[in-house]
Amino acid sequence: MLGYYLGMALHSLARNKVLTALMVLAIGLGIGASMTMITVLHVLTDDPLPGRSSQLFTPHLDPLPLNHKQGGDNPDPADNFTWPDAMALLKAQRAARQAAMAGGTLLVRPASAGLRPFKVDGRYATADFFAMFGVPFEHGQGWSAADDAARAHVVVLSGTLDRKLFGNASGIGQAVRLGDHDFRVIGVTADWQPKSMFYADPGAQHYSDADQFFLPLPVAVDLKLSINGHQSSWGKNDDSNNLTGATMTWLQFWVQLDSPAQVQAYRQFLVDYSAQQRALGRFERPPTDAKLYSLMGWLTHENLVPNDVRLQLWLALGFLFVCMVNIAALLLSKFLRRSGEISVRRALGARRRDIFLQLGIESALIGVAGGVLGLVIAQIGLWSVRHRPDDYAQMAQMDMPMLLGTLALAIVASVLAGLLPAWRACRVPPALQLKTL
Amino acid sequence: MQLRPILSTLRRHKLTATLLTLQVAFTCAIVCNVAFMIANRVQRISVPTGIAENELSVIQSASIEKGGNPLAQHTTDLASLRAIDGVQSAVAVSYSMPLNQDESTHGTCPSKQALDRAMQLNSIKGSGCVEPSVYDGTPGLIGTLGLRLVAGRDFQPDEYVSAGTPAVAIITRALAQHLYPGKQALGQSMYDGDNYIRIVGIVDKLLRPNLRKPGVDGDSMIWPQRPDGSSVLYALRSAPQDRQRVLKAAAATLLKVNPNRLINSHRMQTYMQIRAEYFQRDTTMISLLLASALGLLFVSALGISGLANFWVQQRTRSIGIRRTLGATRGDILRYFQTENFLIVSAGIVLGLLLAVLLNLILMKHYELPRLPLYYLPIGALVLCALGQLAVLSPARRAAVVPPVVATRSV
Repeated sequence: MLGYYLGMALHSLARNKVLTALMVLAIGLGIGASMTMITVLHVLTDDPLPGRSSQLFTPHLDPLPLNHKQGGDNPDPADNFTWPDAMALLKAQRAARQAAMAGGTLLVRPASAGLRPFKVDGRYATADFFAMFGVPFEHGQGWSAADDAARAHVVVLSGTLDRKLFGNASGIGQAVRLGDHDFRVIGVTADWQPKSMFYADPGAQHYSDADQFFLPLPVAVDLKLSINGHQSSWGKNDDSNNLTGATMTWLQFWVQLDSPAQVQAYRQFLVDYSAQQRALGRFERPPTDAKLYSLMGWLTHENLVPNDVRLQLWLALGFLFVCMVNIAALLLSKFLRRSGEISVRRALGARRRDIFLQLGIESALIGVAGGVLGLVIAQIGLWSVRHRPDDYAQMAQMDMPMLLGTLALAIVASVLAGLLPAWRACRVPPALQLKTL
Repeated sequence: MQLRPILSTLRRHKLTATLLTLQVAFTCAIVCNVAFMIANRVQRISVPTGIAENELSVIQSASIEKGGNPLAQHTTDLASLRAIDGVQSAVAVSYSMPLNQDESTHGTCPSKQALDRAMQLNSIKGSGCVEPSVYDGTPGLIGTLGLRLVAGRDFQPDEYVSAGTPAVAIITRALAQHLYPGKQALGQSMYDGDNYIRIVGIVDKLLRPNLRKPGVDGDSMIWPQRPDGSSVLYALRSAPQDRQRVLKAAAATLLKVNPNRLINSHRMQTYMQIRAEYFQRDTTMISLLLASALGLLFVSALGISGLANFWVQQRTRSIGIRRTLGATRGDILRYFQTENFLIVSAGIVLGLLLAVLLNLILMKHYELPRLPLYYLPIGALVLCALGQLAVLSPARRAAVVPPVVATRSV
C-alpha cells in the first residue's frame, strides 16, 4: 500500500512541477538557513573534552571588597584567582587532581639560522595539568610537582612547535630559548586542542587558539614572563600590581573530582576556606559566595555564544516558520482541489486514515527533497561562515549527526506543514463532491 | 466594486485564507524588524572617525632587543620612513588608533570638586567625571592623521614628555561638551587625581579605539607624549593609490634600519582595512539580514501567487459565467486584486502588532532600540505592493478567460 501511495504522490507532484519546485525551494531555504545556524551553535556549545568533562570542575572564590562596583563592560575580577588563593587550594590537595594556570605569549628565538624569531601562545601551569586534562604525549612527559617546587626550567612543546623548531627529530633534552631564558624540552604533546579552550581566561579567544608550549607556573612568576588575559586588581597600595599580591586576580584553577561525594566535599571545603579567610579579615563577602562550576556549567556561565549568532539563529528559525506556513497554505489548496478524486476514493471504501496517510506521504516527499536541497544550502552557508574572521569560524563543519538531523528536521517540518491540509482534505464530505463531478 | 461576493468566497476558503493572512503577518513583523536592524547597523558602520581614513596606513614594529633606546630608535625609524617616496608625513604612536581596539583610558574630571564627588559615590557616574580614550604620538600627529583643529593650537615642542602625564592636552569637541557643558573648555584644567592637565586645543572629531555607546564614542584626548615602549605603531600618510606600495617599502626600510624587530604582517594595514576589520561582524550581519528579508519577501510573493493561481484555475467556470452575464475583463481583474488586498491587509494589521511585539522581545534580549513608528506604514505599503505584484499575473490570466468556457462545461 505504501508503495502505491508513494507512486500516487510522485504522480501528483509531477503534475504541477512549478508549484512542487517552489515548495521544495521554500523548505530548502528555510532548512538550509536554520541548519547553518544550528550547526554553528552546536560547535560553539559542544563538549570540549568528551568523557572527561563530567569530572572537571572550576572553583570560584570572591575575594572582592564589599564596596567593589562592577563596571558594565569590565570583566568580573572574581572570574579568576589571586596567587595566594590558588596556592592555598593547590597545597590543600582536597581534589583528586588540581592545577592553577594562566596563558602567556613568549618570543621564541630559534637556534637554526633560517628562522626569524616569532611569538607563540602557551600556558603556564602546575604539574597536574597534563594528567587532569588527559593531554596526550608524542614523546616524553610533563613535569612533576617537585619540578614546580624546584622552579625547574623545563618546557613541554606542542607537536606543531616541536616540528617547526627541530624538524622531524623530537627536541627532547634540547634547549629552547623562550623570551630571555633557556628551557629544557621534556615532553612533546600530540595535537591537543580542546574546542572551546575552556580553561583559558574568559576574555581569551576560545576557539581559534591552541597552546604551543607549557611551562611551570612558578617559573613564569619568578621570571616575570608576560601574562595574557585579564589582570584585575582592586587594591589601593603598590602591592596591587604584583602578580603574587592578594588583591589581583589573573589565574585559572581547575580540579578533578571523581564522585558526587567528592564534589559535595569540595564545595564545603571552598565555603570553609572562604569563612577562614573572612575570619582573617581578607575576604569581606559571605563564604557562601564561593562556587564550584562543572565544566559545561562554566561554559554556560561564560556565555561563549555571541549575541549575533543567537540572533541569526532566531532569524533563520523565523524564516523556516514562514516557509512552513507558506507550504501549508499551498498544500491545502492543492489537496482541496483534488476533493473530487479524494471523494471517489472515499466512496470506493478508502478510510479517512488512508487518505490522511496518502497526503502525508506526499508532504513528506516534499520534505525529503527540501532536506536534500537544505543540506546543499547549509553547506554553502557554513562555507560562508568559515570565511568570517571570527574566532569560531574554522570549526563550522557539519558532522554526521548534524547531517541526519538536517534531513530529519526537513521531513518533520514538511510533515507538520502538511498535517493541517491533510486533515482538512480527508474531512471533505464525499457525497457533496460526487454530486458536482 | 461589490465586496459581498468576495467575502462570501473567502468564507468558503477560511482555512486557506487564514494561512495566507498568517504568512503575510509573520513576514510583515519580521521584515519590519529586520529592516530596522539593518538601518541600525548601517548607521553604526558609517560613523566618521575624524581622521583622513583613506590616506593613512599603519605598520607595527616590536623591538626584540633588550635595553636599547626606544625613543632614539623611533626617531631614526621615522626619519627613514619619511624618506620613502610617496610618504607625505609619518608619526609614531604607542598602540591606539581609532577603531583598532587597542585602547587606554584615563579617568578625568573637570575639577577637583568633581573628583571628590566621584570618590564619595565610589563611581564616576553622575559626578561629571568621564573616562576618555587617550591618544599619544610624536609631534605632527594632528597633521598626519588629518584632524581638524577647531579651537586653540597644536602642541609646542617643549610640551612633549616621554613618560608620565603631560601638562597639556588637546581634546575632542564631544569631550569638551561632556566635561564642561555650556562652558568654554579651552584653557580649563582637567584633574585626574594627581595632575592638572590644561586644554590647549580642541579638535572637531576623533573616535575611540573601541566603541561603547553612541553618546561617548567621541570622548578622546591627545597627549603630547612620545611612545617609549618597544612596540610602536607608525602611521604613514600618503596618496590613496600609494598606500600598498608605501606599506611594503616601510616594512623593508624598518628591517634594514634595525633587523632586531618583529613586523607582523597582520599589523601592516591600510587604515581602511583596520576599519573594515572592526566592523566586519556588522557587515556580515547586514548581508545576512538583507538576504533573509529578501528571502522572506520572495517566499511570501511565491505563496501569494501560487495560491492565486490555484484559485483562478478552480474558478475558471464561475469566471466564465460572470463574463457571460456581462462582467468586463476589468471587473474580473479587480475582483482578484481586491481579494488579494483584503487578505494582505488583514495580514498587515496583524503583522504590525506582531512587529511591535517582536521589537519588544528583541529590546529585552538584544539591547535593540525601540522600533520607530514610521517603519510600520512603510512596511505595510511594501507588503501591499508586493501582494498586488504577486497577484497580477494570475489575475490577468483570470481576466482573459473567455465567456464561452461557461457554456462548454455545463
